[in-house]
Amino acid sequence: MLTILFDGVAYGMLLFVLACGLAVTLGLMNFVNLAHGSFAMAGGYIALVLVNRMGVPFALGLVAAFVFSAALGALFERTLYVHVYNKSHLDQVLFTIGLVFMSVAAVDYVMGSSQQFIEIPTALQGQFDVLGIGMSKYRLLIIAICGVITVALQLALMSTRFGSQLRAAVDDQRVARGLGINVGVVFAVTFAIGSGLAGLGGALGAEILGLDPIFPLKYMIYFLIVVTVGGSSSITAPFFASILLGIGDVAGKYYMPKLGAFVIYTIMIVVLIVRPQGLFAHGRAR
Amino acid sequence: MLKPARPLSADIAGLLTARARWSALEFAFWIIAFASIFLFPDYYLILTEIVIWALFALSIDLILGYAGIISLGQAAFFGFGAYAAGLLAKHGLVTEPTLALIVSGLGAAVLGFFTSFLVLRGSDLTRLMVTLGVALVLREIANRFPEITGGADGLQGVTISPIFGQFRFDLYGHTAYVYSLIVLFVLFVIARRIVRSPFGLSLVAIKGNPLRSAAVGIAVNWRLVAIYTIAAAYAGIAGALLTQTSAFASLEGFAFDRSADGLLVLIIGGTGYLYGGLIGALIFRFAHDYLSSITPQYWQFWIGLILVVIVLVGRDRIGTWLDPVRTLADRIAAWRYSRRTRALGATSDGGGQP
Repeated sequence: MLTILFDGVAYGMLLFVLACGLAVTLGLMNFVNLAHGSFAMAGGYIALVLVNRMGVPFALGLVAAFVFSAALGALFERTLYVHVYNKSHLDQVLFTIGLVFMSVAAVDYVMGSSQQFIEIPTALQGQFDVLGIGMSKYRLLIIAICGVITVALQLALMSTRFGSQLRAAVDDQRVARGLGINVGVVFAVTFAIGSGLAGLGGALGAEILGLDPIFPLKYMIYFLIVVTVGGSSSITAPFFASILLGIGDVAGKYYMPKLGAFVIYTIMIVVLIVRPQGLFAHGRAR
Repeated sequence: MLKPARPLSADIAGLLTARARWSALEFAFWIIAFASIFLFPDYYLILTEIVIWALFALSIDLILGYAGIISLGQAAFFGFGAYAAGLLAKHGLVTEPTLALIVSGLGAAVLGFFTSFLVLRGSDLTRLMVTLGVALVLREIANRFPEITGGADGLQGVTISPIFGQFRFDLYGHTAYVYSLIVLFVLFVIARRIVRSPFGLSLVAIKGNPLRSAAVGIAVNWRLVAIYTIAAAYAGIAGALLTQTSAFASLEGFAFDRSADGLLVLIIGGTGYLYGGLIGALIFRFAHDYLSSITPQYWQFWIGLILVVIVLVGRDRIGTWLDPVRTLADRIAAWRYSRRTRALGATSDGGGQP
């Protein structure tokens, strides 16, 4: 029981790291980015190649995943996404679906279509037994890393200069520009960090979620649920939504294997019916 | 002598009927479509597929092109219709294909009616999520009850009886193609009637500005419910057609790819004039064929590239490559209308004298 809770929290934390970039682009900037999972997949595969084939240490693989996805995100943001920010939602949907299709086929071409797992170091395998709860070391690591990231994000967003610039740019681009904030750069950096975190999440989660070319399609709905269920008021809302979703999904699959995947979809649909603006949003319709 | 001015409503009604009149181009389109039955007997299978895509895109056009609802889950109704037709035939509930088609369409419509209330809530984003979610839930249901749906293996052992007890589905797909084409034509005529009616105009108004539409007295939500339900029926019938012509239904019907490809088909042809889906399906299917002949496994890459390019170039610019043709059609309609009103005016003047 508590093990399920623990696994659920770990899973939820992972989802949060994967989705927090999307929470900003979609939740705050109101840009429908269905291709977010592609960046996560890119990070996952980079880590996989480095660790499994070149024998790079796992921790370094994680860093590489972050850096690579962030660079990729920055590149795409500057070259492609900037042209789509001001288009209609339909255009954004089509554009990002196109990117997903391309990434799926490209990864299939390069890496093959079978599911792959990262070899995690032996030091991280196995379990701790604390008060009768079996806690896998790897999941504990995930919780630790994701916890640190969450706190760092919250601090960065709320009490750094960049954080206030971002919040200003999101609230009102024109006024922010008028105040001398370089909105383009702020968005690009945010996008890059979001993509980088997705890449890190993809690498961390490769062990739990598995990696295959259809990763962006498979988990797209999870990311979107995190953002829509959470609402977009701050970074904490998607965080709680992720944890809720993680626990719901793990518990649902454990207790009702037959109806496993329903649980989260049902949570989502019910939440959207009751609170179309998201669970933790306060008021103001967007 | 002062002639009493013709009431404005009569003018508008006249304009609407003129707009709704079939133009020569449309006649040409359908004549070519039906001529294909005799011209391309070797391509029946691919042509049937095109017809099904066209019908599916038509259903998306109804909600996107006319009502402005972005859906990522139209496959929900497609898959539902596909399984409905398969199950009806397999268990011998409704054996006559046309009847089964109607029943499947109605089933999808009921589903569409109930889910429409979820879809109507919230913004574009919420709609995306809910439509996507509904399709996923249905796919999951189909996946989790293999004893009914065949699960991941698909629904097998479906045998489709002859149409009207007369026309057997043959190996070459002749019956299948003629049947699909007629279904498409009938449904197209109905859709055309719907969107050219005042109801259709009110949808366009809602798409333009829901708030103002409500202010002039259009029941926005109910209109959207109605068109969503109709579109669901169309998608369901498209799915049912696929099952009937291939004697097989699978989870593919619910796949996200299908919704996305359907959007692509529509976007290629252009939204909001009904022929977009039909023309888009033709282009899409042949492009698909061509691309997969070059790169069998990775054609999705090129599809994705096409989507990205379409958006970057500008959808309005791509969708308008047919504009000269449409302007021509409009001109002809306007000219015929003005000639008719002039003729009408002359007779009413003459009739005024004792």
